[in-house]
Amino acid sequence: MSQHLLPYIVLSGLIFTVGLVGFVTRRNLIVMFLSSEVMFQAVIIAAVAFGRFHGTLEGQAFVMMLLAVAAAEAAVGLALIIVVFRGRQTLDAETLTEMRG
Amino acid sequence: MNGWVGENISVLARWIVLLPLLGAAVAGAMALAKVRRGAHWAAIAGVGGAAALSVLIAGGFAGDPDLAMRVAVGEWMPIGIGASFGFYIDGLTAVMLATVTVVSFLIVVYSRGYMREDAGYPRFFALLALFVASMCVLVLADNFLLLYLGWEAVGMCSYLLIGFWYRKPSAANAAVKAFAVNRIGDLGFAIGVLTIVLTLGAAGYGEVFGRVGEWSAGMATLVALLLFCGAVGKSAQLPLYVWLPDAMEGPTPVSALIHAATMVTAGVYMVARCGAIFAASPVALEVVAIVGGLTAIYAATIALAQYDMKRILAYSTISQLGYMFLGVGVLAPAAGVFHLVTHAFFKGLLFLTAGAVMHAMAGEIDIRRIGGLRRIMPVTYGACLVGCLALAGVPPLAGFWSKDEIIGAALHGHPVLGMLAIVTAALTAFYIFRMFFRAFHGELRVPAEAGRHAGEVERWMRWPMALLAAGSVAVGAALGWPVGHGWIERVLEGATAWSGSAGHAAEEGGVSHWFVSGGLTVLALAMVGLAWVLYRGGRGVVERWGVGSGAGRALLRGAYGLVHQKYYVDEVYQAAVVGPLRRLAWGSDATDSSVINGVLYTIAAVPRGLGYGLRLLQRGAVQGYALAGLVVLALMLLAILRLAG
Repeated sequence: MSQHLLPYIVLSGLIFTVGLVGFVTRRNLIVMFLSSEVMFQAVIIAAVAFGRFHGTLEGQAFVMMLLAVAAAEAAVGLALIIVVFRGRQTLDAETLTEMRG
Repeated sequence: MNGWVGENISVLARWIVLLPLLGAAVAGAMALAKVRRGAHWAAIAGVGGAAALSVLIAGGFAGDPDLAMRVAVGEWMPIGIGASFGFYIDGLTAVMLATVTVVSFLIVVYSRGYMREDAGYPRFFALLALFVASMCVLVLADNFLLLYLGWEAVGMCSYLLIGFWYRKPSAANAAVKAFAVNRIGDLGFAIGVLTIVLTLGAAGYGEVFGRVGEWSAGMATLVALLLFCGAVGKSAQLPLYVWLPDAMEGPTPVSALIHAATMVTAGVYMVARCGAIFAASPVALEVVAIVGGLTAIYAATIALAQYDMKRILAYSTISQLGYMFLGVGVLAPAAGVFHLVTHAFFKGLLFLTAGAVMHAMAGEIDIRRIGGLRRIMPVTYGACLVGCLALAGVPPLAGFWSKDEIIGAALHGHPVLGMLAIVTAALTAFYIFRMFFRAFHGELRVPAEAGRHAGEVERWMRWPMALLAAGSVAVGAALGWPVGHGWIERVLEGATAWSGSAGHAAEEGGVSHWFVSGGLTVLALAMVGLAWVLYRGGRGVVERWGVGSGAGRALLRGAYGLVHQKYYVDEVYQAAVVGPLRRLAWGSDATDSSVINGVLYTIAAVPRGLGYGLRLLQRGAVQGYALAGLVVLALMLLAILRLAG
């Protein structure tokens, strides 16, 4: 099994990079949110892969919990995005600078 | 003391303090409520009631002068040193009370006319009544702490009344000056009182005076001099007299009441009261006599060259207070207190006449600008003449009797000071008649701003002047005849027993005393005549002979200028005391604001600057944070790989 670990890690790293680049470069809050979800999936792939590699079940158990948390988080996140949109009629992250010091 | 007064003295003494206090409370409430009408009645009733009771008590003492009694009114500080609200009533107290309240009563009545149009009318009467109550506490106290309470209370009233017209900068400054200079004296006084309490564990008069013998001679001298320090401040003696002339910025009734007749005599009263302590120290008595004698002649010379009527009277007051201390210092306390009584009448009177002139002349009392007022102000003229004759020591007016006794005793106990006192008597007669002739004789000169005011003053002011004039005529002979055995000597005998037989030095002289009296009378009349010759025309000596060139004229001008400028003592004090203190204060302020604040600001600036720098990182852009997080994560991974590799 161990010889098959590397392709999964590479895949996970690639997906994570896609998510990260998307998060940093895109200005739309929804796309940024999607990008963060993509990074989530990359982590999940890595977790499953490591679980298989070590022959234990913790990896898959954690993945179940991560999926549940991600679903809840997606609901909260989208709700926040809707509130932000209602308040300012835009989702451009560049304009959200009220917390500047 | 027998009879009704003796039985009820406890009640009487209480009401002497309470009546003026109630008057002050009522007038004060009216001041707060901004009610003007009738505010004077509160003060007149309160002070008048106290005056009636005081005369009653003094009358009681005429029957039995030796008696002294303590009246316990209430507990104050139950710490076992006798600091209670207790009154001690003996001949000295009775005489002081009667003088203070009677003169105060007349001056309060006068104030009704004088202050009629003033904006602070009810406040004025509240303060006057409060002053009288404080003065009665001072005089009645039976222990040093209550004495100190009254002492500071009269000082506070004095401050408030000098600065009565507080919008006037000169009045506000004079009030501060009076208060600050008195602080210097009062510091010594407070230390003296504390020394008494610490060494004897007692503050009551009876116990302290009975245990003076426990002190060493040096200790007695120390305590006496510390107490005298307070007297020097309160009674305006050298070198702390400078506040009294400036205190004339207050309303004239205040000058008459507080800064001539009553409060300033508190120092004399206190020294006479503490005679047992002073008698234990020949050095202290010597100091009292010398300070008194020197102040008397010093202030009299300054009075020669002043133009402001109230200032002439102020320096005259300082000079006469010097006489009183001289009397006490040469072991003739009865003479000193006698002079206190007569002086209260005639100096109060002189101030009231100056106030009447001021009232009629719209505030102008510079004797270069006024003159010949006898034609338009006959009552004031007569009253002022009586006051001046009494001050000059012309028999049979009041000043003659008491001044004679002091000079007689001084010649007996301290011949040099006695001679100085005679010279002072001559100067006194001269300067007061210089003022009198220039203001009231010669051709009529009225400043233009007087306008329709120029004329005799109203009824409310005339009657107190008339009554004080009657007192100035009669009180000396009534209390002082026969010389050395008069009513006042008998009443004061018990209270001044500490002075021993030396107190009767004057009468021992016998023939020589009559010689002195006669000589002084002739001297006083001669000086009055000299003043008449020089000043009846209404022009001054310098104006006549000091103009033009020539060494003699320049010398006259120079000497006159030196005296007129009060020997530049105020300027010397300014340069030697006030200036360095002010520079020290500036230095402290600069140190505070530069060094101490600088350190604090520096310490505070460090976190502030740090925060300012860190604030720049908080840019509010969420993607920037993500990027920063990414970079940091990458660096951490790199570091881990390096360490693991």
